[in-house]
Amino acid sequence: MTALSAQPGTIGTTACTHCGLDVPAGLVEHDAEHQFCCEGCRAAFHVIHEGGLAKFYALREREEVAMRAARPSRARAYAEFDDPSFQNLYCRACAGNLRSTELLLEGVHCAACVWLLEKLPTLVPGVIEARLNLRRASLRLVWSEDQVRLSTIARTLATLGYAPHPARGRTAEDIRRADDRRALIRIAVAGACAGNVMLLFIALYAGLFDAMDPAHVQLFRWASMGLSVIAILWPGGVFFRGAWAAIRARTLTLDVPLALGFGAGLVWGVVNTIRGTGDLYFDSLAALILFLLVGRFIQHRQQRTAADSVELLFSLTPTSARVVDGEATREVPIDAIREGQLVEVLAGESFPADGAIETGETRVDRSLLTGESRPVRLDVGDVVHAGTVNMSGVVRVRVTATGEATRVGQLMRLVEEGSRRKGAVVQFADTFAGWFILAILILSTVTAALWWQTSPQRAIDHAIALLIATCPCGLGLATPLAMTVALGQAARRGILIKGAESVEQIARSGGAGVIILDKTGTITRGRTALVQWWGSSEARSIAAAVEVMSSHHVARALTDGMPTTGLVVANFQEHTGQGVTAVVGGHNVRIGSSTFTQHAATSDEARAALATAQQCGLSPVVVVVNDVVVGIAGLGDAVRPDAAASVQALTAMGWRVIVASGDAPHVVAAVGAALGLRPQDCLGGLTPEQKTQLVRNTRGLGPVVMVGDGVNDAPALAEATVGIAVHGGAEASLAAADIYTSREGLAPVVDVMAGSQRAMRVVKRAIVVSIVYNVVVAGLAMAGMVTPLAAAILMPAASLSVLAICVRARTFEPKPAHDESESMGAAPALQGGA
Amino acid sequence: MAVLYIVLPLAFIVAAAGILAFIWAARRGEFDDLDTPPLRAIMDDDPAVPTSPTQSSASQHPQ
Repeated sequence: MTALSAQPGTIGTTACTHCGLDVPAGLVEHDAEHQFCCEGCRAAFHVIHEGGLAKFYALREREEVAMRAARPSRARAYAEFDDPSFQNLYCRACAGNLRSTELLLEGVHCAACVWLLEKLPTLVPGVIEARLNLRRASLRLVWSEDQVRLSTIARTLATLGYAPHPARGRTAEDIRRADDRRALIRIAVAGACAGNVMLLFIALYAGLFDAMDPAHVQLFRWASMGLSVIAILWPGGVFFRGAWAAIRARTLTLDVPLALGFGAGLVWGVVNTIRGTGDLYFDSLAALILFLLVGRFIQHRQQRTAADSVELLFSLTPTSARVVDGEATREVPIDAIREGQLVEVLAGESFPADGAIETGETRVDRSLLTGESRPVRLDVGDVVHAGTVNMSGVVRVRVTATGEATRVGQLMRLVEEGSRRKGAVVQFADTFAGWFILAILILSTVTAALWWQTSPQRAIDHAIALLIATCPCGLGLATPLAMTVALGQAARRGILIKGAESVEQIARSGGAGVIILDKTGTITRGRTALVQWWGSSEARSIAAAVEVMSSHHVARALTDGMPTTGLVVANFQEHTGQGVTAVVGGHNVRIGSSTFTQHAATSDEARAALATAQQCGLSPVVVVVNDVVVGIAGLGDAVRPDAAASVQALTAMGWRVIVASGDAPHVVAAVGAALGLRPQDCLGGLTPEQKTQLVRNTRGLGPVVMVGDGVNDAPALAEATVGIAVHGGAEASLAAADIYTSREGLAPVVDVMAGSQRAMRVVKRAIVVSIVYNVVVAGLAMAGMVTPLAAAILMPAASLSVLAICVRARTFEPKPAHDESESMGAAPALQGGA
Repeated sequence: MAVLYIVLPLAFIVAAAGILAFIWAARRGEFDDLDTPPLRAIMDDDPAVPTSPTQSSASQHPQ
């Protein structure tokens, strides 16, 4: 077979002018100035050029990071964007014939995108205004109804590579926006008050008033009191409300000691101002409120970033369906489908509703619902579910259930129930609140009692000073700041954490918990791929060269990752449902199922390889050259290359790893064995409800982390202590999960576990520092040494030291030396020889 | 130093005006998006889209 020696592809790579990806060898035009990897990129390039916006490419190159232009997506009519029900849901009428809407866009990532998208009015006449919010990837559009239809604008956006999706959940976004604005206003008021009070107190501290009219001193004291009352009651009101809520719920949070300090400072300050004598601590209090509010706002914004990134992913589900109306079909919004209607679903699309196939036959990928990795062949009369993917043929489906009545809708109800049950998590810092209040109250009573004998007047002053100076500002800042830094670092590494509580919960378990992993899409890639290969590499090259000609999903698995060989294939023939035949370099090649190739000479080795593949739950494909079996490919859902290393790392941390899947038990057992798990920890054939039950039962033993991707995992994700949705997951799992990783594989899950532990260590370090500070200050206050000036210096100093500890910390971004852990799972996915 | 009785309230009025302006801006949504506007400013510095080439050539030769 030496005549068939493969030549790996030697053609140098050519970058696509538009998107920067490699242009496939067959598409390179040697004399052309611009090269394109696909028709979509060519179309996008021409639209940009005709609009006179070629500067886009220059802008893009200025970006430091090698960013690529968004790749144009599949052509679609976006007809549903013009439907009245769509317009009612997502658009608003403005003055005249103008309408406005908000669209979430895929593929927005850099300054050049902002520039190009905001030049939309020059590309599409009739668009009045286009404003992009880069962080949310949302585009606010104002267009004139008379001149252009929304579907035309949507098509242009899609051509440019920014596939548009209607922004769902507008009310939630409006509420969050209002919250943000209120928080900013509070910070502004607190900042203005704090700054002015400080100025007044600098004058007071400088002793300028010794030589001045005491009336002026009174004026300054009254002025500072006025400002402080505003600062403590308006922006500081959040702490009083928080404390009141905590007390009503019969719990103690940090808000309680904070409110106690603020309250004591306010009341005693007002009393002293009216009396015209005694110490005032207004400057320290106003600065404290400002610090705390800023800390909380920053934490909020960080968590918002994660939520925003997930929001776009939410909107990626289909918004339209093709309803068959007599002879023709028309695109309608998905919410407009009714029971009994006939919908047409093309290959590669997901089903918009539950129903029964009326015409056509196809293979359906039901992994979303069942976790089953192999597509199922379905025929007329078979039931299909919303969200599952039509893999091969065009089918028409009679709708039996829509929206919440579908199987997916039922699962989403389970998700909601699970989320409701979870309830609030007590923050680590809050566990100190009780002790804190007790200690402060005892110490201030002791202080008052001790000083009562020498001077009753000073006794109250010192006790109040202690209450104010020990106000747990450092404690209050430690968690928000450390978590903000940690969440930011995690986001840069592709881990989006919706709330700091998840980090605390993972860290608190200390590794003594259970991690339940889903199989399909989480441990495995979730699509058919070559898992086992028996035979020479030459035979593989031949198989790849022949299968390049076929569009069957088995063919894709055999050609993936193989270089172009330059082998000449002739007489290619496809035998539906069995395999393919061809002539390569004068040799007859037959590739297909074992029945298709049963007449070929089979060695004992080949027979053994065939048996092994079948045992492992793989579908074998036999490669025959000149009537001799030369290769056996075991196709199946390949285990991700990093899975075994990640599972080992998790086990080393102390987690008990369990695999739970809806797939057949023997397949799950085979995968579990490959990962080195005990057979009793590999559970197969579970329904979504059983998975949820498993999580609930395990929770009795300790914290449970659920890792999954599909809708079938969503209820379990919601039920678990912490749910982690992995890359490529369904929207339902994103909604249910607390953490979302945008990198593939299980390595990010290991990062989450390790990073959470480090983040919690930083929080604890900051808390220790602030407690040490409080002990020292309490001592000084009892000795009567905390004057307003001492408090004004000590209190910000404590906050700043906590800030320094938190900002310098590396939690999710370990030092480069530790970064190796990511590449350690890079072993090839192929297991050579059987 | 009796001027303090006038200057201090005056200063507070100015500060209050500043806060009110901020509140007005925040409610109008000026601070909703803090990431995109800085990029916009950078881009408008460059010569804009060559929508009217005659204009740019005219500016190069003022005589």
